[in-house]
Amino acid sequence: MVVAVAEESRGAEHARPWIEQAKSDYWQLIDTEHRLEDLYNLVNVPQAIWIGETGKIVRPPETAGSTDHFRRMNLETRTLSAEDQAERLAARQAYMDAVRGWVTTGKHALPADAARANLPRITPQIAEARARFRLGVWLHANGRVAEGDMQMAEASRLHPDSWSLWRQAADLDEVGKAGGPEFWKRVRALGDKPYYPPPKL
Amino acid sequence: MTKILTPLAEHDVATRDGLWMSPADAEAVTGWTLKPEGMCRADRCVPLHPSTLGTDEVDVAAFWTKLGGPVVASEQHDVWALGAPADERNAALEGLEAPDFTLPDVDGVPRSLSQLRGKKVFLATWASW
Repeated sequence: MVVAVAEESRGAEHARPWIEQAKSDYWQLIDTEHRLEDLYNLVNVPQAIWIGETGKIVRPPETAGSTDHFRRMNLETRTLSAEDQAERLAARQAYMDAVRGWVTTGKHALPADAARANLPRITPQIAEARARFRLGVWLHANGRVAEGDMQMAEASRLHPDSWSLWRQAADLDEVGKAGGPEFWKRVRALGDKPYYPPPKL
Repeated sequence: MTKILTPLAEHDVATRDGLWMSPADAEAVTGWTLKPEGMCRADRCVPLHPSTLGTDEVDVAAFWTKLGGPVVASEQHDVWALGAPADERNAALEGLEAPDFTLPDVDGVPRSLSQLRGKKVFLATWASW
């Protein structure tokens, strides 16, 4: 069973066009407060968690099919080279194949120790960032925009590794800002660090 | 009334001087019950300093901080958020039991992960941004 969760503080109607276009027969849920990110310590989209029949996590949060090829995009034409495009699609296909392999044969499910070892560690700073983000979203949604922005900025300062916190706040400020010049500046500042750490399949 | 946001809910509660409130409201907000031993949930009790207890009231901000959870407030202190303690989140994940959640679908129908017990679940996030 696929469960797709939109981390979308603008609400269901903002996500609806993508959901309707997907014509999916699985659950498409709306997470305005980024609760899932709080529960599972997620930092970006798309991320996935594999959960077995008994409700146990068999693969902790990981990048779900995306790659860093976008970092070499031509920003004027918004295009990738043919080679990068092919590699990107191949990586996505490999991840999809791994998911299908798990469903049909159990392959790629991690033993408990390995799953535990790959869990992201939550710090008190991250916990505070989540609380400030929650408060910021509420303030924003209730007309206290400047104050909400301040709380969300502090959340990003406390948890700089979370792209979701920063990009959602940017999007609430203005649709499109999450992928604008400031985003690219932050991506460039990563240097050799990945934006989408590849899953260890 | 003061608005209190917890990881899974919102509460409107009568408070004074921060988050002093009645034991009944404290239980509704935190899920912990005031007993002679302190604030208790299941078989765990967290003793409280006498300065955080009054006549039929308890300082929830002090309790939550002692629990290790973040307590943050709006400028006017009319809206508060109590975040999940980091240790609690880490312990839950290390048990590998996938944390349950309930979220609405695009038409507002609530769906819970626990409804899918017995099936493999590929839980994936996305966003328009």
